[in-house]
Amino acid sequence: MSTGTYAPKPGAAPLGRMIAAQTAFETRMLLRNGEQLLLTVVIPSLLLVLFSTVDIIDTGTGRPVDFLAPGVLALAVMSTAFTGQAIATGFERRYGVLKRLGASPLPRWALMSAKTLSVLVTEVLQIALLTAIAFALGWSPEGDPFSVLLLLALGTAAFSGLGLLMAGTLRAEATLAAANLVFLLLLMGGGVIVPLERFPDGVESVLALLPISALSDGLRDVLQHGAALPWGSLGVLAVWAVLGLGAASRFFRWE
Amino acid sequence: MRSEPVVQIRGLIKQYGSKTAVDGLDLDIGQGRVTAVLGPNGAGKTTTVEICEGYRRADGGTVRVLGLDPVADAARLRTRIGVMLQSGGVYSGARAEEMLRHMAKLHAHPLDVDALIERLGLGGCGRTAYRRLSGGQQQRLALAMAVVGRPELIFLDEPTAGLDPQARHATWELVRELRADGVSTVLTTHFMDEAEELADEVAIIDAGRVIARGTPEQLCRGGAENTLRFTGRPGLDVASLLNALPDGTDAAELTPGAYRISGQVNPLLLATVTSWCAQHGVMPDGISVERHTLEDVFLELTGKELRG
Repeated sequence: MSTGTYAPKPGAAPLGRMIAAQTAFETRMLLRNGEQLLLTVVIPSLLLVLFSTVDIIDTGTGRPVDFLAPGVLALAVMSTAFTGQAIATGFERRYGVLKRLGASPLPRWALMSAKTLSVLVTEVLQIALLTAIAFALGWSPEGDPFSVLLLLALGTAAFSGLGLLMAGTLRAEATLAAANLVFLLLLMGGGVIVPLERFPDGVESVLALLPISALSDGLRDVLQHGAALPWGSLGVLAVWAVLGLGAASRFFRWE
Repeated sequence: MRSEPVVQIRGLIKQYGSKTAVDGLDLDIGQGRVTAVLGPNGAGKTTTVEICEGYRRADGGTVRVLGLDPVADAARLRTRIGVMLQSGGVYSGARAEEMLRHMAKLHAHPLDVDALIERLGLGGCGRTAYRRLSGGQQQRLALAMAVVGRPELIFLDEPTAGLDPQARHATWELVRELRADGVSTVLTTHFMDEAEELADEVAIIDAGRVIARGTPEQLCRGGAENTLRFTGRPGLDVASLLNALPDGTDAAELTPGAYRISGQVNPLLLATVTSWCAQHGVMPDGISVERHTLEDVFLELTGKELRG
């Protein structure tokens, strides 16, 4: 290159452009990762198709898909906002990506905003796909879209807080193992495919306080039973969101 | 080079628990120059650089980088500096080119990414994910990321560790071009030849302090003993030669006919030796002055025992 090529001319790109670029980049990294896609797309789709068409689990009266679709949407939110985000961020921390970006013009809050936007973009894609599959299986949802959006937003906030708390405090390998284990346990015990009523009473009332149970039962109240604003579920999710995001911002370590 | 230093460190202290990593370090780094920071492992090089970059808080002393406080003015500072970490810093699934393009998008007036890829030979990385690139390719990508935003000052932490000779020279050439265009560079390195080749200024750090400082030539001249060698007929009168030489100089016949004089080797000493030879009818064949290398100076100052 000729003389003057490297003459200093520093400056940050406009904030909006930085956040848009970071969001697009994070989303591309996420959609390229095979293990992430297994978790966020393949497993929820398979569960929806399998349990709707094969009579394995007693999902109560009504068609299985009407019970399963809300649960699988809740699972999709958890897989992206919690499991996927925890694992990806844990390894970004481990490999110095967060550290290196900390010396770039992108402010930390803008990086976290971009991560949240990237989670939301992924969720939109997941929900579009799962909704299409559910409709093909004969799903007929009830309820108002506003309640659904509110539940999804609070669920995303709750799971993001918990995912970032894990990613920012544990070693990357521990995060990988723990996030997958939690995914599996909450899939079984969080009202996603197995109704909580199948558990003993004492266990059921504890499980009902989990964020995944609140999200899947809340979505079910609205989409299956036509309820407006399920306050109980929204309240549980709000508490988890405040606790998770609060602890994450307090304890998150960038290196 | 009379302008304000781009980095000014006074009495810097940094402790990790009971261990003192940096212990009252003073250092000025000149504008538009390449400054190499040398030191054994654990000397406090990376800690010092990372305090300048705003990653760590000092426990004592003052640090100004481009006139700014690296912690309090972090937002303003980080748009003006370029950082190359010792390792990592890239999404493991990202390709070299897309990572560099992404970094460019975070800056207002980035370099031409295609030209930079060409310049650092990163074109061959193609669609390979970062985690599968060779160590040398990863290093060159990290260097490209440090300069793409057209910074005033770059910090390179061991920029050529693990590079093959071609890639090392390409890196050195880029640093020289950056200097020619007015960019200031601070680099830490374990390679003495790198510091001798590249640096305008060298600071040797040990146990958290600067123990020597100057141009590579100054450091090699000052302090360290130099050596003069010649061959002549065996069995010359070394005692008589020693008498002719100034105090503090040593002379010896190493093997029959091979003589070594060590001490402050300067033009006067050379003249003294040759005139002694003339008086004694000796033709000093292969007379040579061996200047000490930076490595000799470094080992003399920091000792030869291994460090953690």
